[in-house]
Amino acid sequence: MTAPATAIREPAGERHHAGRPRWRSNLVSWSFTLPFVVLFVVFMAGPIVVSLITSFTDLRVTDISSPFAVDFVGLENYINVLGDARFQRAAVNTAVYVVAGVTLTMGFGLLIAIGLNQAVVKFRTLFRVGYYLPYVTSIVAIAVVWRLLLAEHTGLVNAVLSVLGIDGPGWLTDTRFALGSLIVMAAWRGTGFLMVIFLAGLQSIPAELYEAAEVDGAGRWQRFTSITLPLLRPTLLLTAVIASIGWLQFFEEPFVMTQGGPLNSTLSVAYHTYNQFSFGNYGPTAAISYLLFLAIALLTVVQFRLFRSKT
Amino acid sequence: MTTLTPTRTEPAVTTPKSARRRRGGLWLHVLLIGGLLVVITPFVWMVLGSIKTTAELRQSPPTWLPRDPTLGNYVDLFERLDFARYFFNTTLVAGAVTLGNLLFSSMLGYALAKLDFPGKRVLFVLMLGTLMVPAIVTFMPLFVLISNMGMVNTYPGLILPTLAGASGVAFGGFLMRQYIQGLPDELIDAARVDGAGEYRIFFNVILPLCGPALAALAILTFLAAWNNFLWPLVVATTEDMYTLPVAIALFAVGQHETNHGLLLAGAVTVVLPVVLVFIVLQRYFTQGIAMTGIK
Repeated sequence: MTAPATAIREPAGERHHAGRPRWRSNLVSWSFTLPFVVLFVVFMAGPIVVSLITSFTDLRVTDISSPFAVDFVGLENYINVLGDARFQRAAVNTAVYVVAGVTLTMGFGLLIAIGLNQAVVKFRTLFRVGYYLPYVTSIVAIAVVWRLLLAEHTGLVNAVLSVLGIDGPGWLTDTRFALGSLIVMAAWRGTGFLMVIFLAGLQSIPAELYEAAEVDGAGRWQRFTSITLPLLRPTLLLTAVIASIGWLQFFEEPFVMTQGGPLNSTLSVAYHTYNQFSFGNYGPTAAISYLLFLAIALLTVVQFRLFRSKT
Repeated sequence: MTTLTPTRTEPAVTTPKSARRRRGGLWLHVLLIGGLLVVITPFVWMVLGSIKTTAELRQSPPTWLPRDPTLGNYVDLFERLDFARYFFNTTLVAGAVTLGNLLFSSMLGYALAKLDFPGKRVLFVLMLGTLMVPAIVTFMPLFVLISNMGMVNTYPGLILPTLAGASGVAFGGFLMRQYIQGLPDELIDAARVDGAGEYRIFFNVILPLCGPALAALAILTFLAAWNNFLWPLVVATTEDMYTLPVAIALFAVGQHETNHGLLLAGAVTVVLPVVLVFIVLQRYFTQGIAMTGIK
């Protein structure tokens, strides 16, 4: 994706203005990147480094004006966090969010995209816009709406179920259903985004391939497994990474809908991180956010390996 | 959206196969419409609920259509609560983030696409790396930094870290680089021969050609900033600096927890402008996705 390093070190070539010294044109070039570099150093690289250091200290909210006058506690924060039952619960929940959420959104996203890509479909744009709609709306607002939809006695979901003769539970107040309810709601919101990406991927597959396969007598399923899936692999990899990173940060939904309850059954790592922050425990906050960072990096690498090895 | 139609042709003769296909097409539409209903119903319910009284919203079984429609919830939002202020805050912050992102991202994108300079490769990697850093990893040290800069509960404190985050200049710079790379070098070379400096080339030659990319970036950035939650939640410490998502979330888990009509009216206030913008400008969304190379 980038130019090879040699191209950059190339001495002033034909694209260089004669008579203008190299250092001056470099300065002009750098000035174009200056806003990004300043923002990056101050608000991104700085905090990432500070966060790493903080994760080995006992920084608390009371030390906020003198963040460098704190004591180093070694790995204590990490040991405490990993041994904390609430964190363990949050980690298990988050693993469920990621696995179930990515599977649901990718599965439904692909199904709808394949459906919309059929030649017979009318009003394709209308469907695409409709399915994508939830993704552009505020998660917080949508979570408020779903909290009321899923309410035990006054919600629409149980009203519809009661028409079918089913006595619906308290979706958000019952420990057996709360986690699943949040996953379904968030999948409802996220599917459209993956659908649009899959649709773009499907449309880049030449129709002649399918025609040729049909002439050769390949059935629908065979065409799917031997043409669609292999050619869609780069798209699937990318969406799996994007979706996983998104689900790893699951936060707004439990914040608004369950406050992590009942009995921590919907607590996510991101929400736990925020709670530690609001209690003023900055050392553990930094440790947890680094563990989350590590998980994101690891997951990305694993997924790249996984998808590449199959090609 | 004519590009969406595949070039497959259906045989006009009625064979058993084409009859089966037509029936398959019917079922496909039934499924797609069913799915669409599942997607749309919560929105319809939200709008209908926002004009019900809270007493009606709290009755079991729930009603579908409001019995006596009222705008009381909206009146409450803007008179009893300070939603005009939250609306203003959200618009100001999202607008500033968008303007900053358009300028800084196109500058960065131009440098990465068309200029040669030492450190370019490193910069590109840093830009891509930033895309992978979620807000949850940096918000705590950012808060410590922002409070030492005296910017807690201020507009710059809300705007600058958002601009520096994953959906800010890093994303925008990537999108603009992809787009500007596709512009012909000859235009730039010709301007250089005429003696134009890099900034003249950037403002007079490159930017006027970036319309579609800038439009896509503007919409994506504005929406992301409008809906942004974690950072405004952390940095806005008094009600007068709340953005809409922060206000709704904190009211929903706090003092207005049981005032369902008010909460639904609040949700409509956040969601409706976005839905309207999206429906009018929807083609830019898919263009933005295509431009970042996701194909």
